[in-house]
Amino acid sequence: MMSFLFGRKKSANNAKERLQLVLIHDRTDLTPAELEALKDDLIATISRHIDIDPMAVRINMAQEGREQRLVADIPLKSATRRRAR
Amino acid sequence: MTAKVITVASGKGGVGKTTTVANIAVALAARGQKVTCIDGDIGLRNLDVVLGLENRIVYDLVDVIEGRCRLRQAMIRDKRLSELYLIPAAQTRDKTAVSPSDMVRLCDELRTEVDWIIIDSPAGIERGFKNAVAAADRVLVMTNPEVSAVRDADRVIGLLEADGKGPASLIINRLNPAMVKRGDMLSVEDVLDLLAIDLIGIVPEDENVIVASNKGQPLALDDKSKAGQAFQHIARRLLGEKVPFQDFNTPNVFQRLLGRK
Repeated sequence: MMSFLFGRKKSANNAKERLQLVLIHDRTDLTPAELEALKDDLIATISRHIDIDPMAVRINMAQEGREQRLVADIPLKSATRRRAR
Repeated sequence: MTAKVITVASGKGGVGKTTTVANIAVALAARGQKVTCIDGDIGLRNLDVVLGLENRIVYDLVDVIEGRCRLRQAMIRDKRLSELYLIPAAQTRDKTAVSPSDMVRLCDELRTEVDWIIIDSPAGIERGFKNAVAAADRVLVMTNPEVSAVRDADRVIGLLEADGKGPASLIINRLNPAMVKRGDMLSVEDVLDLLAIDLIGIVPEDENVIVASNKGQPLALDDKSKAGQAFQHIARRLLGEKVPFQDFNTPNVFQRLLGRK
């Protein structure tokens, strides 16, 4: 009985998670596919200047109040070569 | 007098704009304020029936704008509250009969006569909405704790911001505390997280709202109705009072036995 109660995903959580994603796209006017394309372009551009691991790159939309932010976390592979400028 | 112009908008239809406009207007008038509400939903007028004034209409908003009558002649005085007036929408015309600058002109004329002008926006984000918010000093965005209403409210909030009309304040209508408690309805906190604007009212779901509109008597004067109390709180917040938000937790067993919701 308890596991049945706890096992059911609350529909309100479902609604909130879905809305969070929908609102990001409504506010930025970017479809998920366009966001993916943007990420690919960004990775390609950065890769032309610095050595990065595309698999480690994290680019996401974040919400801060009513402000949308594009947050990119791009670990560099090796910065030593570049530092000796 | 210099009236404050308040517009109630939502994007989505059926979330309770007209009921809210009627009740906020009644609650303000009951507190001695001089109030005119304007039905902005041209072609689909309803504020008149919710207020119980449908039999008194002679002139409407479009008649004023097109110069067939003076502003005063289109202001219908309420049956119970002598300081409450309604300017009804035209029923046989459409939104294009009015422009945003018409609304600004009309409200500027009215501002000197009353304390509050409350405008009921039609659903949607087109001409009727633009007319309704054109003269607004403050916009109250309404939503229900439900995905489509929240999404549409977000669009409206975004449009108001882009137009320099922000920041809007939020009214969450038809909150069902029992459903929130069992996790089947977005909570007030959830909706505020998503929309990220200031809250001005939480109105619980209340059968009395339908009873009141059946009779054409807004329930804002009914102290026993939870929704009525919530509308009174919104009116008091508009007047600058700091009214704490009610906690609509489900009634306990004792309250249930007493048959009180």
